[in-house]
Amino acid sequence: MCPPLYYGIEYEINPWMSRSRQSDRELAQEQWRGLYRLLQDLLGIEVHLVEPRRGLPDMVFTANAGLAWENKFIASNFRYEVRKGESPFFENWFQVRGYEIFHLPEAHFFEGEGDLLLCGDHFFAGYHIRSDILSHQKVAEILQREILSLELANEWFYHLDTCFCPLDEGRALFYPPAFDAYALKVLENHVEALIPVEEDEAKQFACNAIAIGKNVIMNSGCPRVRGKLESLGFSVLETPLTEFIKAGGSAKCLVLEVPHGGESGLG
Amino acid sequence: MARSVVQLSGHIVDSLILPKVLDLIVNLGAEFEILDIQIGQRRADRSAARILIEAPSAEILETILAKIKEHGALPLDEEESVQVEPAPQDGVFPEGFYATTNLNTLVRFHNQWLEVQPPEMDCGIRVDPAAMRAETVPIHKVKKGDLIVIGHRGVKILPIERRVPREVFEFMSSPVSSEKPKGLLIQEIAESMKKVRQESGKILVVAGPSLVHTGASEYLVEMIEKGYVQILFAGNGLAVHDIEAALYGTSLGVYLDKKIRSTEGHEHHLWAINQIRKAGGIRQAVEQGLLSRGIFYTCVQKGVEFVLAGSIRDDGPLPDVVTDTLEAQDLMREKIRGVGLVLMMATTLHAIATGNLLPATVKTVCVDINPAVVTKLADRGTFHAMGIVTDVEPFLRELCQYL
Repeated sequence: MCPPLYYGIEYEINPWMSRSRQSDRELAQEQWRGLYRLLQDLLGIEVHLVEPRRGLPDMVFTANAGLAWENKFIASNFRYEVRKGESPFFENWFQVRGYEIFHLPEAHFFEGEGDLLLCGDHFFAGYHIRSDILSHQKVAEILQREILSLELANEWFYHLDTCFCPLDEGRALFYPPAFDAYALKVLENHVEALIPVEEDEAKQFACNAIAIGKNVIMNSGCPRVRGKLESLGFSVLETPLTEFIKAGGSAKCLVLEVPHGGESGLG
Repeated sequence: MARSVVQLSGHIVDSLILPKVLDLIVNLGAEFEILDIQIGQRRADRSAARILIEAPSAEILETILAKIKEHGALPLDEEESVQVEPAPQDGVFPEGFYATTNLNTLVRFHNQWLEVQPPEMDCGIRVDPAAMRAETVPIHKVKKGDLIVIGHRGVKILPIERRVPREVFEFMSSPVSSEKPKGLLIQEIAESMKKVRQESGKILVVAGPSLVHTGASEYLVEMIEKGYVQILFAGNGLAVHDIEAALYGTSLGVYLDKKIRSTEGHEHHLWAINQIRKAGGIRQAVEQGLLSRGIFYTCVQKGVEFVLAGSIRDDGPLPDVVTDTLEAQDLMREKIRGVGLVLMMATTLHAIATGNLLPATVKTVCVDINPAVVTKLADRGTFHAMGIVTDVEPFLRELCQYL
């Protein structure tokens, strides 16, 4: 995770962002600490921090840094100039810890875990808004795994992790209007049980949740999704993240899964 | 028609990216052909496909290319562009020039696939960068400085489509034999002729003089009258015999109805030539009322175009005969545009000359009593060719029954 020391709405690169609708710096810090405590203190997850940098307000959204898999780190190629500056700092973090660093060709945009999620056996990757489909091919080569590319069709849900949340091997939350028809078919073909989220809760970032075992951490205010998850035996941990939604991010965007000894740290 | 070939690779099958791209191409108004596809063996393996896109215009093609690029379909590398060199002098190709086949061919030039028009074997390919056009050019027509394709890089030959159900023209293109069931074949040829006419294609007849000797003229006349012949290629001989028969009732002095020799009949042949030369040509002879029956009379009446190509053994010849071989070849080349089916009957040299000019996609029927002629034509790469070894008179008689 990356503390929101320099976090703020300094530019507009998605429909959520508006410089006229600033985030409250203190409230943001308090909300971030709430998430941090849930993970570290309540669930006992080992949380590493990356040092925030002035002028890189979105560094707080570490999910977009790249993809860490086994001992490999595939660095993101951000689509927007304003975020490209984050890359060296993330890369450095992984490099000093002995990861093998991979770079993708400059022309192939890739925004890390924001657009690449594992559900069961399958890697799903979003493209068309932030990441390019051509980056998926390169990532697949590095991982030696199949990647199922999903076209994202709604600007409000610009990353795969804003509209799709793997819960366990065969179940996932998803917001259907965020995908094109082919992507929906691919999801149906490869995920046993898809749990749809309605628009209002999707816009509360219900899909931008962190699933760890039977616990699901998400922004407060998604009672219907909460009910569904609880009926499936999950326990839902709500934590307010309103200040981050102003930048188009929530719980999942604020964390990057770091593999530990070849094992997956998070669920 | 604008064309481009794109490459799509990755996990394109499970991701439904391949069907998506193909749907996009069709929905945006173009057609596609998968040139080749490799499917990954294991789940982690990538698949790859090369797709040819044919769009009605360059603008539509551009739109499609831009759209499908977003889904990972990229035009094939620029390095595949053809190499061109200027012709060093009139009538001479540059060294290493690409020699054409009679199959549909594309060349990649300035990032576009250009269709080489018209398909013709044993020519060079001339590229016009200003008009972004590629055309076949026979060696005698090349001009100094014309840009000619060198080598094979950036040249793509399109295989002939295999249609289902397979047509008579495909399955009978196997070895020529006189022992094939002809009745069925002739019936199918008649069906093909009808289909070509329904689709406003032209039928070209290439015929030799024995068509007249064997008494088959009346059937060809019938076919012309029914609109099954749009163009006729022949030599001086066919026309002279037909006209001799029309004027004197004989062919090389033999009465066609009685099968006996006329006294001094050998003179009829030359008298016929003399008459037409006096009239100024076949058309003039018809207009003057001199020629009032036969194949060429009917051609003139029905507006069927004919090209008579001369040869070294011609008597006369008739004024209509084009005695400059290259000029005749060019004229034939011009007339075969739009031809959908060719009937070659009882002629060796005219049949082969025509076969050389035809795109491989044109259906060709070769009828000859000599199996060697039929085989020779098939061997020259006329793909949709069918050979029938038989005398031309019974063939035409039967064909007319089905038309």
